[in-house]
Amino acid sequence: MKILVCISHVPDTTSKINFTDGDTKFDTNGVQFVINPNDEFGLTRAMWFKEKQSAHVTVVNVGGPETEPTLRKALAIGADAAIRVNTPATDGFSVAKQLAQVVTDGNYDLVIAGRESIDYNGGMVPGMIAGLTNANFVNNCINLEIEGTSVTAVREIDGGKETVSTTLPLVIGGQKGIVEESDLRIPNMRGIMMARQKPLTVTEPVAANAETNSVKFEKPAPKGAVKLVSPDNLDELINLLHNEAKVI
Amino acid sequence: MSVLVYTESEQGKLKKTAFEVASYAKAVAEQLGTTVTAITINADDTSPLSNYGVDKVLTVTSSELSTFNAKGFAEVLHQAAEKEESKVVVLSSSANSKYLAPLLAVYLNAGYASNVIAAPSSTSPFTVKRSAFTNKAFEEISINTDVKIIGVSNNAFGLIENSGAASEETFSPSITDLGIKVESVDKASDKVSIADAEIVVSGGRGLKGPENWGMIEELAEVLGAATACSKPVSDLGWRPHAEHVGQTGKPVASNLYIAIGISGAIQHLAGINASKVKVVINTDPEAPFFKAADYGVVGDAFQVVPELIEKLKSFKAQQ
Ligand SMILES: Cc1cc2nc3c(=O)[nH]c(=O)nc-3n(C[C@H](O)[C@H](O)[C@H](O)COP(=O)(O)OP(=O)(O)OC[C@H]3O[C@@H](n4cnc5c(N)ncnc54)[C@H](O)[C@@H]3O)c2cc1C
Ligand SMILES: Nc1ncnc2c1ncn2[C@@H]1O[C@H](COP(=O)(O)O)[C@@H](O)[C@H]1O
Repeated sequence: MKILVCISHVPDTTSKINFTDGDTKFDTNGVQFVINPNDEFGLTRAMWFKEKQSAHVTVVNVGGPETEPTLRKALAIGADAAIRVNTPATDGFSVAKQLAQVVTDGNYDLVIAGRESIDYNGGMVPGMIAGLTNANFVNNCINLEIEGTSVTAVREIDGGKETVSTTLPLVIGGQKGIVEESDLRIPNMRGIMMARQKPLTVTEPVAANAETNSVKFEKPAPKGAVKLVSPDNLDELINLLHNEAKVI
Repeated sequence: MSVLVYTESEQGKLKKTAFEVASYAKAVAEQLGTTVTAITINADDTSPLSNYGVDKVLTVTSSELSTFNAKGFAEVLHQAAEKEESKVVVLSSSANSKYLAPLLAVYLNAGYASNVIAAPSSTSPFTVKRSAFTNKAFEEISINTDVKIIGVSNNAFGLIENSGAASEETFSPSITDLGIKVESVDKASDKVSIADAEIVVSGGRGLKGPENWGMIEELAEVLGAATACSKPVSDLGWRPHAEHVGQTGKPVASNLYIAIGISGAIQHLAGINASKVKVVINTDPEAPFFKAADYGVVGDAFQVVPELIEKLKSFKAQQ
């Protein structure tokens, strides 16, 4: 089985979000970048398929050279090869078109992407790859088992979960649950050394128009001070929630 | 040219979000000077849609689509959009709508904006505001394609009544290969889901252990709320993963979010910030959550919560 894991290179979850150039660009100053958490869960599941079912695992990112340390980290965790499509990731649709091309060129059986990226929060790239390559698609995937070309997957739905059966080729939008938090791996020294020897191929993008354009960013208005209610006066809290906030 | 809106139903009954997305579609249609067509799949009674600005309802009845299938549902919307020559398609942010939207975007070759929180600020270029960076920022984006898909954030636009008379038309799209078969569904039908809840009651590590969740569930029950938890609580196995909210868990966009024994780490706040009113109950006045909350009680959850439950019960009894 050939697996492609899509890796989004995102600001660490503790990052302060700021913008530059008249609020049109994300300010990367002092920001630490990491593998998108949903992709890290998916990558860890891919490692399981590699170890238990001899799958071959390639990681891919659409982005500039600055994303290579993130791809190297994925190699250190255990992926066999990495691909970087050399173009800035502007909108979800054009990123999906680049990734669909990689999928077609490499004949992958399984594409693991994240349910959403924590920076753009598009929630669209995996579904678009599936649509563009005519593969089956399971979103919000929290369990994945594969035997030959038969797939059993569990997807989270609003208020519960659903077990589905399907076949390869398949794209999933993964999240926590596909592996547990405690299964995540921190690269060790040997992994980091080996990652240096593994191939990181840079490919040039296919032509794709941006279907959407980011015009401007804005930060939420600062919050007013909290109204404190004494624990001895909870009637006041109910009063405020009922009459002032009008939420109960 | 009609604006097409997918109005979801569950077990034949239209969901509340259906009326919110219909309200949104009406606002867009007014800007574009056109009408609103809603599409329903296996919904029994579509008449309430006419209260929210819908002019025409396309009703699809299909046993093949009795359980949700992203490809099948996206194909239905694709054919409906072509039939109506729609330039704008409006969806909700439910798990199912977010699942089908990217497929529909490919079928219609449409730009898709998710998590949209307001009506378009301009229709030429077509520009909308969406939340990004897990609620740490808003992004204004323009969609350049001929057909546009908008995913509206839950509770962001609200319900706007607009009475009229909607005509109903049976629509029979051709559905081919579905690709995926649902084997079983595991869903607590008696509980409100986090996605649909107007109120969410959430507990953190301050509650000390899973045996103490009785009061969280009772508080939720009194309020008709969903229960949620912080990430360590689900990682420790005190509560199911599906309750984990925050940047790496479920997003919460309820009207009221009550955080009990939760410190208010940046990753937690990011995921719940879209909630309108936040209440925090915490023993530590320095807990960061107090900076993000609207109302706060500095106190011990083991005293405050049971007392709050009693007081809410008598409040509800008076209502
Ligand atoms: C990559 C990454 C992603 C993450 N994503 C998420 C996420 O999505 N969601 C999330 O929640 N976290 C997330 N976290 C974890 C986050 O950083 C915090 O560790 C977590 O939110 C803390 O949970 P807590 O508030 O329940 O526990 P604690 O931080 O331990 O806080 C417990 C609180 O309870 C209070 N308390 C104690 N006793 C009482 C009492 N008797 N009555 C009332 N209050 C009491 C304490 O004063 C304290 O403020 C993430 C972390 C990382 C690194
Ligand atoms: N630039 C990118 N390169 C590789 N994969 C990406 C990129 N952007 C998004 N993805 C994948 O698509 C998922 C969803 O991203 P998004 O649609 O932006 O929310 C991510 O979790 C990644 O797996």
